[in-house]
Amino acid sequence: MKRIRIGAGAGYSGDRLEPAVELVEKGDLDYLIFECLAERTIALAQRAHMQDPAGGYDPLLAERMRAVLAQCSEQGIRIVTNMGAANPLAAAAMVREIARSLGLEGLKVAAVIGDDVLDTLRAGQFMDDTGQPVNRLGERLLSANAYLGAQPLVEALAAGADVVITGRAADPALVLAPLIHEFGWAMDDWQRLGQGTLVGHLLECAGQITGGYFADPGYKDVAGLARLGFPIGEVAEDGSVVITKVEGSGGQVTAATCKEQLLYEIHDPRAYLTPDVVADFSGVRITEIGPDRVLVEGATGHPRPDTLKVSIGYIDSYIGEGQMSYAGPGALNRARLALSIVEERLKITGVQTSEIRYDILGVNAMHRDRLAAPHPEPYEVRIRVAGRTDSLREAARIANEVESLYTCGPAGGGGAFKSARDIVAVLSTLLPRDAVQASVHFGENQHAVT
Amino acid sequence: MLLREIAHARAGDKGNISNISVIAYDPQDYPRLENYLTAERVKAHFADIAAGEVQRFALPALGALNFVLHDALSGGVTRSLALDAHGKTLSSAILSLDIPDQDSPTVLAPTA
Repeated sequence: MKRIRIGAGAGYSGDRLEPAVELVEKGDLDYLIFECLAERTIALAQRAHMQDPAGGYDPLLAERMRAVLAQCSEQGIRIVTNMGAANPLAAAAMVREIARSLGLEGLKVAAVIGDDVLDTLRAGQFMDDTGQPVNRLGERLLSANAYLGAQPLVEALAAGADVVITGRAADPALVLAPLIHEFGWAMDDWQRLGQGTLVGHLLECAGQITGGYFADPGYKDVAGLARLGFPIGEVAEDGSVVITKVEGSGGQVTAATCKEQLLYEIHDPRAYLTPDVVADFSGVRITEIGPDRVLVEGATGHPRPDTLKVSIGYIDSYIGEGQMSYAGPGALNRARLALSIVEERLKITGVQTSEIRYDILGVNAMHRDRLAAPHPEPYEVRIRVAGRTDSLREAARIANEVESLYTCGPAGGGGAFKSARDIVAVLSTLLPRDAVQASVHFGENQHAVT
Repeated sequence: MLLREIAHARAGDKGNISNISVIAYDPQDYPRLENYLTAERVKAHFADIAAGEVQRFALPALGALNFVLHDALSGGVTRSLALDAHGKTLSSAILSLDIPDQDSPTVLAPTA
């Protein structure tokens, strides 16, 4: 049976660079994917694009490409990535430039666009997931990106792309597209599309399935996390996959690491909605078949949804934050006193907040008071006040009230930190499929995707 | 005993919703999880954190349960005031749940 080897070179925008290089050098890959686009990343990228028409793509794009492009070209490894973020065309141009500088003549770089539906949303009457009209956001509306499926990526590969760069595509589509292209799966073969989506879901977070984000000393020991190897999926024509990694790299692939990743960010395992298929993971079987080799099979699927999910980025509010540390005997009581002073100060000075929290790091900042049941007094604690406001100026006043504890607060406070920032938040809505038109661009040439 | 002794967990986020998987190390312990870790118990455990409904999905073939906690991420990762805006640390919080030892009658009693 034909098998394709797909490596995951990044699980998020800021991920390590070396594991991707290791995959290219030793992974015997057919495809290398980089998944770098989180919900909020694209909204922030849209803002960067507005400020610089040539910008808005992943900040590590050039560094990643310089690290792997020559060797991928030499070995015929094709790259699929969503590092185009808010500007796939400029990202593709940048990759062509890097290819030229490396002497890689004839490398075909495709940009997939069409996910940007901001104008459509501005022109129409749409409700967001809170049941309110999108139009109410007015000037605060920054971005709207539909989750594209595998189809345009498949067309880019069919047209001979060595590198495919998208903006907002569903994460598993980065993997599903090469599988559809290589195996000739039908776009309504729901069982295979479901299983291929599972493969994409397992690989998309890179190191999270090879032992990254898994270790718990004494319970779940993982060796070599500082040189963690990223995963390789050996995918068969029937969609079954063996998850593995480069021999000798750090980390581990076990049934347990695969199970954790299988359920990561999943709600109903029978209905994982993507643009390509409603995937059903409820019957998945996971079998360890060798050291760092785990067979995953048994996913299926149901017909794809009629609508596409759209992420809407908008300026929501402002957050002011301040922190200060206390240590030694009585640290906790001084921290509590400090928080009560800040609370009173915000009242006295009339700072308007729609939401605020007073945390003591080392005591209750993560899980509030109930779960953080009484423990011995910690040697050191850090207070944190964070509040939401309608203006940057008000946010800054919260931060300043914490900092001024230096001269006006309890004894022995140190290490103040403050910040005030605007918050780009995300809502979602649904659009009919025919309202979204994807297209593939190769430099001067382009063709629309049906 | 703590749930931590027999299971591991991972939390994920989507908007204002957290999902926490709980996976038995030994498949033989899965029935204990299924029996004891009801949606109600998990909702009570996270009473300070999850304001909304808690759903439970069972994956017996994997020895796993998946809990979906609505309205649990202080408005969602993009606008939350929480230090851990993704709610990543909630996976550890669920492992601090006390569960009855194997021979406890509570384990054998039918769940409500």
